[in-house]
Amino acid sequence: MATATTSMSQSHQKSGVWDWLTTVDHKKIGVLYGVSGFSFLLLGGIEALLIRTQLAVPNGTVLDAELYNQLFTMHALTMIFMAIMPMGASFFNYFIPLMIGARDVAFPRLNALSYWIFLSGALILTSSFIFGGAPDGGWFAYAPLSSEDYAVGRAMDFYTVGLVVLGLSSLMASLNFAVTIINMRAPGMTMMRLPVFMWMTIVVNFLLILSLPVITVALAQLYFDRNFATNFFSPAQGGDPILWQHLFWVFGHPEVYVLILPSMGIISEVLPVFSRKPLFGYAAIVFAGVAIAVLGFAVWSHHMFTTGLDTVPKIVFSASTMAIGVPTGIKIFNWLGTMYGGQIRFTTAMYFSVSFIALFTIGGISGVMHGSPPIDTQQQDTYFIVAHLHYVLFGGAIMGIFAGIYYWFPKMTGRFLNETLGKINFWLMFFGMNLTFFPMHFLGLSGMPRRVYTYDSGFGWDAWNMVATIGSYILAFGILIFLFNFFKTMRQEPTAGNNPWDGATLEWATSSPPPEHDFDVIPEVRDRDPLWYDRDNNIQQPEPPEENHIHLPPPSYMPLIMGFGVALIGIGALSHLAMTGLGVAVVIYSIWGWVLEPID
Amino acid sequence: MSEAVTHAEHHTSTGVDNRMLMMWIFLASECLFFGSLISTYLIYQGESLVGPLPGELLNIPITSASTFVLLMSSVTMVLAVYGAQHKEFLMMKLNLLATIILGTIFLGFQVVEFTEFVHHGLLLSTNQFGSSFYLLTGLHGTHVGIGVIYLISLLIGSSRRNGLGKDAGLNLEIAGLYWHFVDIVWIVIFTIIYLIPS
Repeated sequence: MATATTSMSQSHQKSGVWDWLTTVDHKKIGVLYGVSGFSFLLLGGIEALLIRTQLAVPNGTVLDAELYNQLFTMHALTMIFMAIMPMGASFFNYFIPLMIGARDVAFPRLNALSYWIFLSGALILTSSFIFGGAPDGGWFAYAPLSSEDYAVGRAMDFYTVGLVVLGLSSLMASLNFAVTIINMRAPGMTMMRLPVFMWMTIVVNFLLILSLPVITVALAQLYFDRNFATNFFSPAQGGDPILWQHLFWVFGHPEVYVLILPSMGIISEVLPVFSRKPLFGYAAIVFAGVAIAVLGFAVWSHHMFTTGLDTVPKIVFSASTMAIGVPTGIKIFNWLGTMYGGQIRFTTAMYFSVSFIALFTIGGISGVMHGSPPIDTQQQDTYFIVAHLHYVLFGGAIMGIFAGIYYWFPKMTGRFLNETLGKINFWLMFFGMNLTFFPMHFLGLSGMPRRVYTYDSGFGWDAWNMVATIGSYILAFGILIFLFNFFKTMRQEPTAGNNPWDGATLEWATSSPPPEHDFDVIPEVRDRDPLWYDRDNNIQQPEPPEENHIHLPPPSYMPLIMGFGVALIGIGALSHLAMTGLGVAVVIYSIWGWVLEPID
Repeated sequence: MSEAVTHAEHHTSTGVDNRMLMMWIFLASECLFFGSLISTYLIYQGESLVGPLPGELLNIPITSASTFVLLMSSVTMVLAVYGAQHKEFLMMKLNLLATIILGTIFLGFQVVEFTEFVHHGLLLSTNQFGSSFYLLTGLHGTHVGIGVIYLISLLIGSSRRNGLGKDAGLNLEIAGLYWHFVDIVWIVIFTIIYLIPS
């Protein structure tokens, strides 16, 4: 039985390597996810810069076609599965217990396991670069680009194995988070008092829980096709490559909302605080988020309008796609309504949040455009799509994540990121991103195809490609400013108090950074904006007891060992059966250790 | 007996135990997992270019017997949960053992069936029937196998000095959820593959 005896100011300062390897503290796991995710964001960014450098001028010679194919595939996989998703998971981990008033997630060791499996999957997938070449069939891996006839070698096996391992990690994390939010809320924290970020978290996790099994099956079929000579996707033996596309996009489209909804949740926290007004239309925003998730499962075939679908499915999927514009529009108007008439403080977090609304709207509008099959037929596989998806995923997801970083940094570290550097960071990213991606609309409309490693002069594409490349370097410089800001800030003294922004949600009720047990006294929730309610009604926070005996789960190395076992199974699937056997043995050992370990 | 009573010391917002809630949500995920596999089977029904075809191989009487065995294992599972919740631990252990044996017999039937099919020339790579049949029933069998190991672990755990402790009822109930789910999936698979003529 582990008993942490702490007083108000004292928290356990443990930071050795062993402590990080065995931690089950949701805040530390959140930091691990955040640091890993950001590192992969940098890696994915470097991949993108190489692509843009190659495309800066016609007939570029920086990369050859083979490496180019690997880079655009890995850029997408890195950004989606190893950067944006883990950075989302980082915020989920750190803030779910703090925002709902709990001391940890429902299953602390499972949480650690999710991280170690994520890291294994990410390293397996990335290591393909040094083991004979990275996957080069696009992140969608359409058959026959992924079949053993056209993708010789191990590259696409790294894809299937890496994604199954990453998916396993996401599934475990999602189950854990969903149970935590549903079951571990503080007294008075009803579902309709949950912060919107928590609502979006629930929605994201249910999207993952219901879509990951579909891609897992598809990946298993692809792995079997490539390694055990089944014929799921090869037409010569009666298979159907279109089945892969259906299974992939049944997962792939909800995945898009998995990437964007966390950021929608983040800005729904930032906008009210810096407008000094409660969120406008809370219920509408929550239900719009749920509606987006439900509709998100009914639109996948809009990725497949050019595969020869019948007229009726085209009409249905076109209608459902455009219908998603309605709940999205509801959210946008509610965010504007939140700012309207508010006393706005233009902090860096607010800059990023406001830019999210603008940029996401652009991406959303172009999205509704290719919801129409005839227009989509024109735009399919052109740079117009690249422009659209980057307005949604960079202008949306990444801008929202940066809003979250600037907003919660004082809570996580006790230190303020420098606001001047922050604004330079913001403007460079904002201009860089628009300079990079807006010209791609023009390139796409004038017919430049995606995923070509070079192009001839004389199509009228030269100037805009150069502009886009310049933009990408400005964008990268903005990220460097952020890194500089981060390291500069970490050298300063922590000066942020509990609630520097006058925030309304529970995470601001505890110290910055929070103690290991999160709250000295579990808060009582009386309103949707609990801290503002207490402030306005002169309700004092309860005094913490002099001596606090709080049971915290003890650290455990079993998650690390089981994560290692899963990694061995994955490596075995790429090399030798014996390795898989060893991995299974390690997993079984760690399950027994896990179960028999005393936890309370 | 509700979970709130068996597990009152761990308060949760909904009153449902965390592990129980997680199993329910996990089973929702499993629905999509088997849904994808069954869809694949249905899509490839009648798409095989070469034999052997399902009509030549499927043995409905024998599989009906194995289905009966699996369904009976759900009955013994219910009795084991009942025993755990009413502190009749001998009843719990005997029924747990019966469930394990019935589950293993079902797996035995599956091994025999697979061997038979391979003997008649149906390999994973032979045709669309082979690919989708082996993947679907094989992954279902894997689920039964994991269930058997899960129940063996509980049986071994219940033989320790403290048994399964105060959570015995809850532990068995969660395992039971999983076991019944795998059973129900088999009923769907049995109906679709064996009973509905292609």
